[in-house]
Amino acid sequence: MRLKSFLKSTILVSACVVAASSALAQDKPVLTVYTYNSFTSEWGPGPALEKAFEANCACDLTWVALEDGAALLARLKLEGRNTKADVVLGLDTNLTTEAKTTGLIAPHGADVSALKLPIAWDDADFVPYDWGYFAFVYDSEKLKDPPKSLDELIDGKDAPKVIIQDPRTSTPGLGLVMWLREVYGDKAPEAWAGLKPKILTVTKGWSEAYGLFTQGEAPMVLSYTTSPAYHQIVENSDRYKALVFPEGNYMQVEVAARVEGSAQPDLAKSFLQFLISPEAQKVIPTTNYMYPVRDIGADLPPQFSALPQPEKSLLLSPEDAAAHRDAWTKEWIESVSQ
Amino acid sequence: MRALGRIATPRAAGLSVAVLTGYGLAAVLGGLAITVFALLLAAGDDAQSPPPYAYICRVLGFTLWQAFLSTLLSLLAAILMTRALARQAQFPGRMLLLRLCALPMVMPTIVGIFGVVAVYGGSGYLALVADAVGIDWQPRLYGLAGILIAHVFFNLPLAIRLLLPAFASVPAESWRLAAQLGMGSRDIFRIIEIPLLRQQLPGISIIIFMLCFTTFAVALTLGGGPRATTLEVAIYQALRFDFDLRLGAMLAILQVIFCAGGAWAVWRAGRQMVLGNTARLVAYRYDGRASRARLVDFSVIIFGAIFLTLPILALVQRGLAGMVAAASPASLLSAALVSLGLGLAGGLTATLIGYLIAQARQRALLQGRKRGAMLLGLAGRLGLFVSPMVIGTGIFLAATGSVDLYRIAAAGVILLSAVMALPFVLGVLEPALEVAAARHDRLCAALGLTGWNRFCHIDWPTLRRPIATALALSSVIAMGDLGAIALFGNQDMVNLTLLLYGQLGAYRLDGAASTALILLALALAFYWTIERVVGGRELH
Repeated sequence: MRLKSFLKSTILVSACVVAASSALAQDKPVLTVYTYNSFTSEWGPGPALEKAFEANCACDLTWVALEDGAALLARLKLEGRNTKADVVLGLDTNLTTEAKTTGLIAPHGADVSALKLPIAWDDADFVPYDWGYFAFVYDSEKLKDPPKSLDELIDGKDAPKVIIQDPRTSTPGLGLVMWLREVYGDKAPEAWAGLKPKILTVTKGWSEAYGLFTQGEAPMVLSYTTSPAYHQIVENSDRYKALVFPEGNYMQVEVAARVEGSAQPDLAKSFLQFLISPEAQKVIPTTNYMYPVRDIGADLPPQFSALPQPEKSLLLSPEDAAAHRDAWTKEWIESVSQ
Repeated sequence: MRALGRIATPRAAGLSVAVLTGYGLAAVLGGLAITVFALLLAAGDDAQSPPPYAYICRVLGFTLWQAFLSTLLSLLAAILMTRALARQAQFPGRMLLLRLCALPMVMPTIVGIFGVVAVYGGSGYLALVADAVGIDWQPRLYGLAGILIAHVFFNLPLAIRLLLPAFASVPAESWRLAAQLGMGSRDIFRIIEIPLLRQQLPGISIIIFMLCFTTFAVALTLGGGPRATTLEVAIYQALRFDFDLRLGAMLAILQVIFCAGGAWAVWRAGRQMVLGNTARLVAYRYDGRASRARLVDFSVIIFGAIFLTLPILALVQRGLAGMVAAASPASLLSAALVSLGLGLAGGLTATLIGYLIAQARQRALLQGRKRGAMLLGLAGRLGLFVSPMVIGTGIFLAATGSVDLYRIAAAGVILLSAVMALPFVLGVLEPALEVAAARHDRLCAALGLTGWNRFCHIDWPTLRRPIATALALSSVIAMGDLGAIALFGNQDMVNLTLLLYGQLGAYRLDGAASTALILLALALAFYWTIERVVGGRELH
């Protein structure tokens, strides 16, 4: 190819790429929602929620899909009052206190009376949209006799290997730190010391851990009680099972909130109300593989109803979680690095 | 050589538009880095607790140690492999092997990790073979071993790609002379190859050292626990987990200091080698003909090829098996187009900027301004020295309230991935320009050929192969980008890498494996096409 024609064509191609991506002018009001990218992927709840909401709102719902909840909060803090976000979606209760201190979170104003969670919900700022229990998921083909309690997992001599996530970089990892703290209190470092020999590796995020687990690296992984529902519904397989422990399982509640000073306060409010509507909630189970926050009756797949239920639901208050997160993470690093 | 260059290059012709642009671009990059750091350092409030010094020291110690070992192993393996590949210039599969070397560059980290685990993990190929043969042996991957294997897997191919052109640049006359003088392998190694390596290794080692120094997911996942925490993890922790921007900036500055220090030491150790002006004939390595040399070389090549291809093979196997669960053709097609478009645009931007900076650097070298040349090289390597997370955070901090970055997401992604790919472009173009300058500068000066004319008639024909390699490499790197695209979070801009992460995040591991296979196949074709179309045929 001649040099000049080559240069010409490449300039043309790159110009097209730039032009194609710049948004066309819109007349409709735009509601910008900051979230994490597995929420908006075609397997996440995002596309279905967008379609359903746009059908009635006469607006354009635009996602900004960041890496994860931590990235979302960091972006909000970076942008401060100049943020484009009207709604933030994808924080969990470990992060809500910190989010409130930015002064960027406005009261949700939604009617939350229909919510049905294992805990009472009285937060005026954050609306929960799904929840689940952290659990050790095991491969029943490799593990015939899984540990029956947290004690057994920690003290067991021949306990199987497990893959967990790093609390500094992942939500389940932080959940496990809180979980052991809730169960063992100040004895948590000893519990970690007991668990340490059974940890095959500590991954950056949930995806690495679950990938290694299904690749057969370890018979157990830290995930959610709802994970087996995916394998039953999509793969029609009973191979992977979740463990509930008599000590209780730690919860995760994912939340959304309105951003103070947004140009679309009414749209944002109606989006939050929509998020907990039966129409939106029935999307959650088979996309995020978490529990919906209200009773959706027959729309909940039977595989979810058949999942094991922990006797005790553990969850620290957002204030306690925020106050101790740093110290407990440091404690974890010390106990597991020994 | 420097003295000759000085005489031959008239100072008046020293500052062309292109050279000035090169300086300008380097200044912009340097300015960007300074702005980012200044903003982050100013953003911290004074209430933050003092930095955890003991933790940082421990992290820094581990980061340096694993980066040092990883670089050492990668380079040793690369020297062996490249020498064998240079001596055996013709065997079936050689081109394929070299092209496969581009794959680890495009591979998302998590895919590379899965590939390595599929071979060396508890239920990987090795364990299966051991089990089948009846040996009671379990691989112990997680720990330093896992980190080193993965880093050599990721970086050995890059080192081969960067080192091989250097071996090829030794003139045919030298090899003939060596054959006539009856030089054995040892003499050739001492007289020709060691000086060659001293010239080439510094630049390559700094790239690999930096890549290993800034490692994140590999160290955490394969390292087995928080003992394998790297400085990049600490930066992430500061910027995301604690939102302590000042600590993040300080850690990133620490990273820059270590890298710049390493680069400086490496530059000092490097030596210029005079290759001389020759007829540019195809080099034939007579020393590779002896049967003993062939035995040694092919053993090295086979061992290296197995090491490199086994994880890729595992990914192909998983990808094929996962095809039944692949994403819909429509989303795969659109993601593939986004990958290719952003890859080509990012690669072109990086190659253009890289060429201008490398040219300015070359001019500075010829004029004896060594410090200027070093600064230009450093500015171009910004993407390697400064953590991408810090750059991203800084850009958003700088833009908020004045520029709507979300509106120019595509341009932002292209520019950012170009900055990330720039060090690799420079790694290819800097040595190539040095050789070209030594060959043509005096001729051009005598003929009064400058600027665009010189580029079209002299530089392009001789440099199109290295330019093609630089473009192919940077395009493939930009094609596999995750950091930049995830930073802007535009819902309509999903490349294959992001699609793959979406699948992984939604339990679709089989589908993700098939996406990874498609990404790898596409990258291979992309790389090959660019090298072929832009690079043309070998000049004989």
